[in-house]
Amino acid sequence: MIYLDNAATSWPKPACVHESMLRFMREIGANPGRSGHRLANQAEGVRFDARETVARLFGVRDPMRVIFSHNATSALNLVMQGLLTPGSHVVTSGIEHNAVMRPLRALQRRGVAVSVLPCSSSGETDPADLAPLIRPETRLIVTTHSSNVCGTLTPIREIGAAARERGVPFLVDAAQTAGCVPIDLETDNIDLLAFSGHKELLGPTGMGGLALRDDFDFAALPARTFGGTGSRSEHEEQPDFLPDKYESGTPNIAGLAGLFAGVRYIMERGVAAIQAHERALTRRLIAGLSEIPGSRIQGTRHAEKQTAVVSFFIEGASVSETSRQLDERFEIMARPGLHCAPAAHHALGTFPEGTIRFSPGLFTTDEEIDRAVDAVARIAGEVGA
Amino acid sequence: MSEYAVVLVYSTGHAIQAERVLNGAGVDVKLVPTPRHLSSDCGSAVRIAATARDAAEKLLAGSGVEIDRIVMLDI
Repeated sequence: MIYLDNAATSWPKPACVHESMLRFMREIGANPGRSGHRLANQAEGVRFDARETVARLFGVRDPMRVIFSHNATSALNLVMQGLLTPGSHVVTSGIEHNAVMRPLRALQRRGVAVSVLPCSSSGETDPADLAPLIRPETRLIVTTHSSNVCGTLTPIREIGAAARERGVPFLVDAAQTAGCVPIDLETDNIDLLAFSGHKELLGPTGMGGLALRDDFDFAALPARTFGGTGSRSEHEEQPDFLPDKYESGTPNIAGLAGLFAGVRYIMERGVAAIQAHERALTRRLIAGLSEIPGSRIQGTRHAEKQTAVVSFFIEGASVSETSRQLDERFEIMARPGLHCAPAAHHALGTFPEGTIRFSPGLFTTDEEIDRAVDAVARIAGEVGA
Repeated sequence: MSEYAVVLVYSTGHAIQAERVLNGAGVDVKLVPTPRHLSSDCGSAVRIAATARDAAEKLLAGSGVEIDRIVMLDI
């Protein structure tokens, strides 16, 4: 079997991730932050390990500025629904996932004005387009770091610099890049980074979070979920300090044990080395698919300008039928359709049919890429026949 | 005279953070349930020898770990 759906979630996970989760389940298992006994403290130790490691990965000095959540979506919602009030204005990009667009459209119905940065038909955003869109009431700029449809990278450092110049917080959706593209909140001019824990960070599903830049003033960002934290138990008001302000209820510590092991694995291997490996796979995949008559690749078609996400379709063939054949005949796991990102498909000109998405990961091999290209060539040949 | 002092913190995460900073500097520490008469802020506190109080205070301030306060334990 060939798994090319790492943009949805990475698989397989390294053995250290399974072992870390099992060790927690077998030997610790307790609820952190609450009871004060040794197992509870060990559980908190696991959570702190995860916090500290993720903070280091993103260049955040204070580990308490890493907030854990169920996924990148809930982290994005925390920020957008917290900072955007009726009468305020937000700028986003033209290749966003619905994790950004749906909250923004819901906020728009409540009186928030939304501006969209234009992007090219290969999903590229020009940071020079941002300045004219910023208004006095602009409260947030939010963009994806790379398209989950075609992999195109957004120039976040330049957008962040423009946002900083005007004092507007910059939120980045790093669901597709955390772990496979180097990210540093300081040098990349990011105030708030929403990350997925189960994609390139190699943790289990249901994990994600938000990293706050060391100088970001979180006083104006309200909590979204209120409840027990184990701290300030005599008060019925939510704590105002990090991370408890944004982390209520019993957390998924088994998941955090897995996330910690995954992030440590990535840091040992090196994010830049992972990026280089995935770029080589992407280059091979683009080159292979380009030679198939009738195949149409979307996006930049340059491995250096994107992540390991390649979208394409075969002329005259439905993407869902092609994907079914890839699975049933060739045991290749891909994802057809709109990839929860209708805005991106509009930009690429592939709405409403969508594309087939191949997303290799850090365990994908050259041989697997070649077999996938061969399979597409056979299906495309049969369409023409 | 007190034998121990406790570092009171805002959350268990801060307790773990303080424990690691002090441990790393060779200060003997033990995480204990926070004495109820001192605080209900957080379930866990960091117990140290009374004689290590000043050193602990400096270490924690130097490392940027947020704490509530350090209290001598009356026995």
